[in-house]
Amino acid sequence: MCLALPARLVERLVDDQAVVDLGGIRKTISIALVPEARVGDYVIVHVGHALGLLDEAEAQATLALFAELERSRA
Amino acid sequence: MKYVDEFRDPALAHTLAQRLRAEADPARRYSFMEFCGGHTHALARHGVLDLLPPNLRMIHGPGCPVCVLPVGRIDMAIQLALQRGVMLCSYGDVMRVPASQGLSLQRAKARGADIRMVYSPADALQLARANPSREVVFLAIGFETTTPPSALVIRQAAREGLGNFSLLCNHVLTPAAITHILESPEVATYGTLPLDGFVGPAHVSIVIGSAPYEPFARAWHKPVVIAGFEPLDLMRAILMLVRQVNDGRAEVENQFTRAVSREGNRLAQAAVVEVFEPRDSFEWRGLGEVPHSALKIRPAFAAFDAEARYALHYQPVPDHKQCDCGAILRGVKQPSDCKLFATVCTPENPMGSCMVSSEGSCAAHYTYGRFRDIAVVAG
Repeated sequence: MCLALPARLVERLVDDQAVVDLGGIRKTISIALVPEARVGDYVIVHVGHALGLLDEAEAQATLALFAELERSRA
Repeated sequence: MKYVDEFRDPALAHTLAQRLRAEADPARRYSFMEFCGGHTHALARHGVLDLLPPNLRMIHGPGCPVCVLPVGRIDMAIQLALQRGVMLCSYGDVMRVPASQGLSLQRAKARGADIRMVYSPADALQLARANPSREVVFLAIGFETTTPPSALVIRQAAREGLGNFSLLCNHVLTPAAITHILESPEVATYGTLPLDGFVGPAHVSIVIGSAPYEPFARAWHKPVVIAGFEPLDLMRAILMLVRQVNDGRAEVENQFTRAVSREGNRLAQAAVVEVFEPRDSFEWRGLGEVPHSALKIRPAFAAFDAEARYALHYQPVPDHKQCDCGAILRGVKQPSDCKLFATVCTPENPMGSCMVSSEGSCAAHYTYGRFRDIAVVAG
């Protein structure tokens, strides 16, 4: 039920609407809750609304933590 | 970066599993509850449960809004559609949930009720605009993720003065339910809960932030780690919980830093506070009445509140007597302990809350784990 998907913002429209791309599928959603979202940002989309922004630096940091585990095993 | 595949790497999962086995103290047992149904589903679907050390057990919590929605609330929606002739809209997840008298929203539709499945509450609002001669009701369910979109459509309906739109509110609150698991009077009935910590929900926490779990972690001395929905996120969060238990810590930690902050989404919180207020009490299927665990529409927006508009009254409907959902949701029993599991109670014909949606603990176990319980016999 609380399934939400990361999607890339490709176009901002009027009235807090925006087009997002999810693996080639485009959909118009509301960005009223994340008005700071810009084209190229990844947003978390849930029931037609962006709930939050994904932070690429933080995502890289989490992946780096995993990579560190891998190295410490070797 | 697609934010999905990177967090599903099998080699890294095995490394994390090795690390978990190395750090979990063989002299102790670990029981953690993942509150959120999305996590329950991900643990089962990706086989994460098979990678955990034998002395570490995951208990599946009540965080599936479709599962915990009491039958009496669906009855209210069906009554509106069948007897009052409204156009009733809701999320696909609720359509098949069995209600009273052998009905469900889907079966009510087959009897001629005008029931529409929508992807977003904004779609229901659009139906109201397009059909000014019809009354349109949105059956709203969900935790803190679906509540802000519901608040936005009510605000928008008020702005446009849409007289034919209302919302039947069933929004429930995560922190209240987590606390209830530990302090409800039923704990005496079911015994002491062997819970050492919680995996906190991902998308709920995007909205509310990590701060609301802090009083809980302090008061109950239980660690909480907020985790993303991908398998590596979950395994990393479980490792963080093991470390907290080993160190005797009970802190709120955030594994899902790429989306969750301490404060959460303030705009979303403000929209919710403007439109909704807490209910004194709300029934959760499988848990019973839980104080201050749900929201209702504020009197200022009463024109858009289906309960007020149609003078609806809630009539509780008891579950099957032998249903063990109450004990399963609290982690005292496992799905396979229930007499009804996979016999009378199946995903096609659910008897209790845990079997209702694919995110329920019984449904997840039915779909992905039921044959693990049976020993393989060669020949």
